[in-house]
Amino acid sequence: MNAERPTDAARPALLRANRWKPWEFALWLAAFAAPLADPSHAALISEIAIVALFAMSLDLVLGYAGIVSLGHAAFFGFGGYCAALFAKHVMPDPLVGLAVGMAAATVLGALCSVTILRGSDLTRLMVTLGVSLIMLELANKLDWLTGGADGLQGITIGPLLGRFEFDLGGRTAVYYSLVVLLVFAILARRLVHSPFGATLMAIRDNRLRAMAIGVPVASRLVAVYTIAAAMAGAAGALLVQTTSFASLDLFEFQRSADVLLILVVGGVGWLYGGVIGAVVFKLMQDTLSAITAQYWTFWLGLFLVLLVLVGRDRLIRPWTWLRRRGRV
Amino acid sequence: MLTILFDGIAYGMLLFVLAVGLAVTLGLMNFINLAHGAFAMAGGYVTVLLMQRAGVPFMACLPIAFAFSALLGAVLERTLYRPLYHRPHLDQVLFSIGLVFMAIAGVDYFIGSTQLIVQLPGWLKGRTEIGSGEWRLGMGHYRLFIIAVCGALTVALQYALSHTRFGSRLRASVDDQRVAAGLGINVNVVFLSTFAFGSGLAGLGGALGSEVLGLDPSFPLKYMIYFLIVVAVGGTSSITGPLLAALLLGIADVTGKYYIPKLGAFIVYSVMIVILVWRPQGLFVRQHGKA
Repeated sequence: MNAERPTDAARPALLRANRWKPWEFALWLAAFAAPLADPSHAALISEIAIVALFAMSLDLVLGYAGIVSLGHAAFFGFGGYCAALFAKHVMPDPLVGLAVGMAAATVLGALCSVTILRGSDLTRLMVTLGVSLIMLELANKLDWLTGGADGLQGITIGPLLGRFEFDLGGRTAVYYSLVVLLVFAILARRLVHSPFGATLMAIRDNRLRAMAIGVPVASRLVAVYTIAAAMAGAAGALLVQTTSFASLDLFEFQRSADVLLILVVGGVGWLYGGVIGAVVFKLMQDTLSAITAQYWTFWLGLFLVLLVLVGRDRLIRPWTWLRRRGRV
Repeated sequence: MLTILFDGIAYGMLLFVLAVGLAVTLGLMNFINLAHGAFAMAGGYVTVLLMQRAGVPFMACLPIAFAFSALLGAVLERTLYRPLYHRPHLDQVLFSIGLVFMAIAGVDYFIGSTQLIVQLPGWLKGRTEIGSGEWRLGMGHYRLFIIAVCGALTVALQYALSHTRFGSRLRASVDDQRVAAGLGINVNVVFLSTFAFGSGLAGLGGALGSEVLGLDPSFPLKYMIYFLIVVAVGGTSSITGPLLAALLLGIADVTGKYYIPKLGAFIVYSVMIVILVWRPQGLFVRQHGKA
């Protein structure tokens, strides 16, 4: 067997496609430089990083595995509440809290993953939505634990690594969020470019064929759903730790819908889609709600409708607007 | 005991009328329309505003609510929904969520976010009680009225679907669009009229239900999950499926809220998830229906 296998020839080309591109380094540099350039908006940048992490976790489920979810906030909120309760009752260290939030969300994700294996898109929509509503209901009714509708107050977060206090200016918070985002982005990047990621995309594109070539569909979906839940939980824990507050809106339907929108704006099935979408969305929200605080959901809705009518692939590629649409 | 059952049935019938349009949209066009509740809200607001500002009697408002929502549905179907029938479900979900957000903010802007209350005519306000003790049955007249109207509608719908020419065309289109079109049925017109009719029913349901369910701008979001439960659990291939599912949901919800108010909605959602995991195509589906 001294003939060169066909895979050997293809390997460099395949690896090159996955290499870090120069613009990716530029993007991360810009992200880390942003708080220095504009310290007054550190809180906003931190929030963008958190939302980007949340959107990235949804991207694993929706973009790579093709599962439409309307209840991703369940994991976000669960991670957040667990981190908050841990900080309040056990110990205030942020990194341990982050790990606890993630672990809790992972367990919830693993439990819920059995519910998304069967049925049509509608069934999955309903089940994911149902889970997030149950979590909302639980957080609302268990008011001795979660503070109910008033939210969970009096959370104190200790200094990061024992040295950096969370100050009012938000310097520590923003770098904390950005570093966590970077770590998860690297992990997610590694994940989707691995053979595991390739099988996920095969499942998304044609589940029957994926099954026929021997991809273990069910276990792959369970795995990716659990991983995504862990990331969402980390994002929730980050939000709670950087704002020292947990309230019911962590679980709200609006949050699941927003993150879906963010992902779609940035581009589904592309890891940086969540990041780009988060930047666009948060800036838009910030400007619009400064103009009309109460009715900004109207413009959000209008934007969604237009986005779909124009075609979400075309909106982010303006050069295709003038071209005639081919086959749909 | 019986009173709770009675209230549950009234609630379930109401949910059925609200959701049956959604079942048809989903079964017929395979379109996930999360904005269905917005049509119901339109009907409710038309009724309340007509009664408060123009002094139109309640009974006259019901057909107006129906007509208004149907018209709204027809216009939106023709202009916005039709291009999206063959798009992926994700697009449809985003689009209809967008519509819901616009509807909520729009109503909030023009009418205000306070909950509006329907002034029922006097003859619907009373309450009749039969029997005594454990088996006492208290029937609010308005709930009796809801059951009568919705029951009549259900019978009419069932008759229209199974015995009229339009019904057979509709069933043919649901079973196989392409063959139906090949047989000379104008599927687009069938779609349009069905969508309009379904929206009209939702509007009527909204008008009838504004007293029971409460009417404020967040209505479409609050009840979206209930409509979806009815459809997903009942299946989309018949109208008896959604009817049974709606009754089940109504009774379960009222009973749950009465006996264990702490866990009210919790039970409904859990039961839904269990049912959907157990039978993803719905509880009451023909075994050999189309996929």
